[in-house]
Amino acid sequence: MLRFVIRRLAWAVPTLFLVTFLVYIALRIGTNPVESYKRINPRATPAKIQQYIDKNGLDPNYVRGYFRWLVNFVTLDWPRSIKGSREVWPQLKDALANTLRLGAAASVVGIFFGLMLGVYAALRPGGRRDVGVNTAAFVGISIPPYVSAILLQLLFAVYWSRWFGSTLFPTSGVYPPGHTGFNLLLMLKHMVLPVTVVAIQIIAVYARYMRSSLLDVLSSEYMRTARSKGISERRVLFKHGLRNALIPVVTIAALDVGSIVGGLIITENIFSYPGMGKYFLSSFGEGDFPLLMPWMVIIVASVLLFNLLADVSYAWLDPRIRLE
Amino acid sequence: MSNELVNSPAVRETAVPVVSPRRMAFNRFVSHKAAVVSVFVLAILVVFVALSPLTARYGVNQSVQAPPNSFLPPRANAWLGTDDIGRDLYSRLIYGVRVSLIIGLFSAIISVLIGCVVGAVAGFRGGRFDDVVMRVTDLFLAFPFLVTLLVMRNMLGAISWLTPIIGKVSSVRFIIVLFSIFGWMGVARIVRGQVLALKEREFIEAARAVGATRRYIVRRHLLPNSIGPIMVALTFSVVSAIIGESTLAFFGYGPQAGDGATSLGILVGQAKGAVNTGFWWLALFPCLTLVTIALTINFIGDALRDATDPRMQKDG
Repeated sequence: MLRFVIRRLAWAVPTLFLVTFLVYIALRIGTNPVESYKRINPRATPAKIQQYIDKNGLDPNYVRGYFRWLVNFVTLDWPRSIKGSREVWPQLKDALANTLRLGAAASVVGIFFGLMLGVYAALRPGGRRDVGVNTAAFVGISIPPYVSAILLQLLFAVYWSRWFGSTLFPTSGVYPPGHTGFNLLLMLKHMVLPVTVVAIQIIAVYARYMRSSLLDVLSSEYMRTARSKGISERRVLFKHGLRNALIPVVTIAALDVGSIVGGLIITENIFSYPGMGKYFLSSFGEGDFPLLMPWMVIIVASVLLFNLLADVSYAWLDPRIRLE
Repeated sequence: MSNELVNSPAVRETAVPVVSPRRMAFNRFVSHKAAVVSVFVLAILVVFVALSPLTARYGVNQSVQAPPNSFLPPRANAWLGTDDIGRDLYSRLIYGVRVSLIIGLFSAIISVLIGCVVGAVAGFRGGRFDDVVMRVTDLFLAFPFLVTLLVMRNMLGAISWLTPIIGKVSSVRFIIVLFSIFGWMGVARIVRGQVLALKEREFIEAARAVGATRRYIVRRHLLPNSIGPIMVALTFSVVSAIIGESTLAFFGYGPQAGDGATSLGILVGQAKGAVNTGFWWLALFPCLTLVTIALTINFIGDALRDATDPRMQKDG
């Protein structure tokens, strides 16, 4: 097992370098960092521009430039942002924390309800509740997150207070403007709507996965064997059914992190939630290379990490998989 | 089972009526009620869009009445209300859906063509090519779609010698090219899987035994037998391109076809600004249209999958 993990890690590291190199090239061609520096700092002296180029590894030669950037990145000698010349890490850290909170909450809520609904549907295949869950999940995956976000925002930002005289859930930010300090209740209230939007997607996807996976398992031979041994129906379901049905679901869960991040970017933007998505869209719009590269590294690394987790969990959960 | 046997009188009297596979697939499709409804809804929509000079009540940039005409709620001379400069939302939706459907259809067709070729070759050949292609697609598909899309968009837009070929960043052609670059990967994966499953079957072995070339086997046996999954992939590609276009346009990176021309994504994007001021029609109708299109095409794809896969048990 350990050897398997180490071997996969040995694969992931070169992939990380390769992908960040590709991202580096794509961003250099696509956002033209030197030009955007000159655009935002029109009165920069040539010496300052040269300093910026050196610090960011923007050598005309891409390979040399990438290694330059890599050395600075690894030694934590990060360049400052183009706009406002601010430290990158404090901003990135806050964005990361906000997004992790939102993503974790949405994933927990979404996966929990998704799995429940999937089981609920699979227990009576073809029945009314199965059709209901299936159709609802289908509608759920067909609704893009920004559509549900806009409709929720319309409902809660405007009409709720018009109808009932008070706002129920705030529709932007983490705290009301001007608020300082920590307030759990206020924070949770602000998270309700974004979490709902992201969770709808997750629920729909997981309900479908879980349903089809459990249906596969329920029709298998070992379920019949378990029943014929006289084990109670409850125990058959939990011990044999659910456990085996979860194997493919866990794998897909780990592989799905990319689409969750994608949904988060859209949702954060609409609810003005100061997370990774907002960070990305604003720095991408400005062509702010020093802000973008660390963001990309975090995303690439987490995608690779979750891919690794998928493989490992699959091997660990399913004893039939041999790790040669 | 030869034809003479089926048609012989003795068999014909006792046997169940002969149903061709195509007919069976059609029956399975029709039994999916949501899909049948979807076909009708989508057909009405397409007819409305195709006849846009007749069905739209105003020009794309025409205002419904003399000012004050902005943000009028739905009324007799503007069924779905008007936008910030007094244009009829209903007419603009028709023009917008037209652009979105064109983007969806064309990029889906191109993606499916590329995906079929790459997937078939990768699945049939195997080896190094297969490894590399599948690695690359896995990697691409693992990343947040929006991020990859935006980065690729800017990169392709900045390469100046590509511009005459694929058009400017804000053109419809560019968006189609962009989605085709991404779209083929999912299709290639599906076709590869299908080819891998098929190529071990006896009839392929038989074809090989009588000396058929690889090219012949792929073209005459593998691809026709994969037509079901390919059709399904096509429908889902259309949806993902339409939603992708809306997402890009929503964030202001979509096609700007000039002269106030619009797309579904632009209309949904405008909804963002309309929300806090309570102009509900600007948010509701474009969103509903987008969801309707996505949902109907998805239902049709789902029914196609059931219909073309005879092994599928009817479990709901």
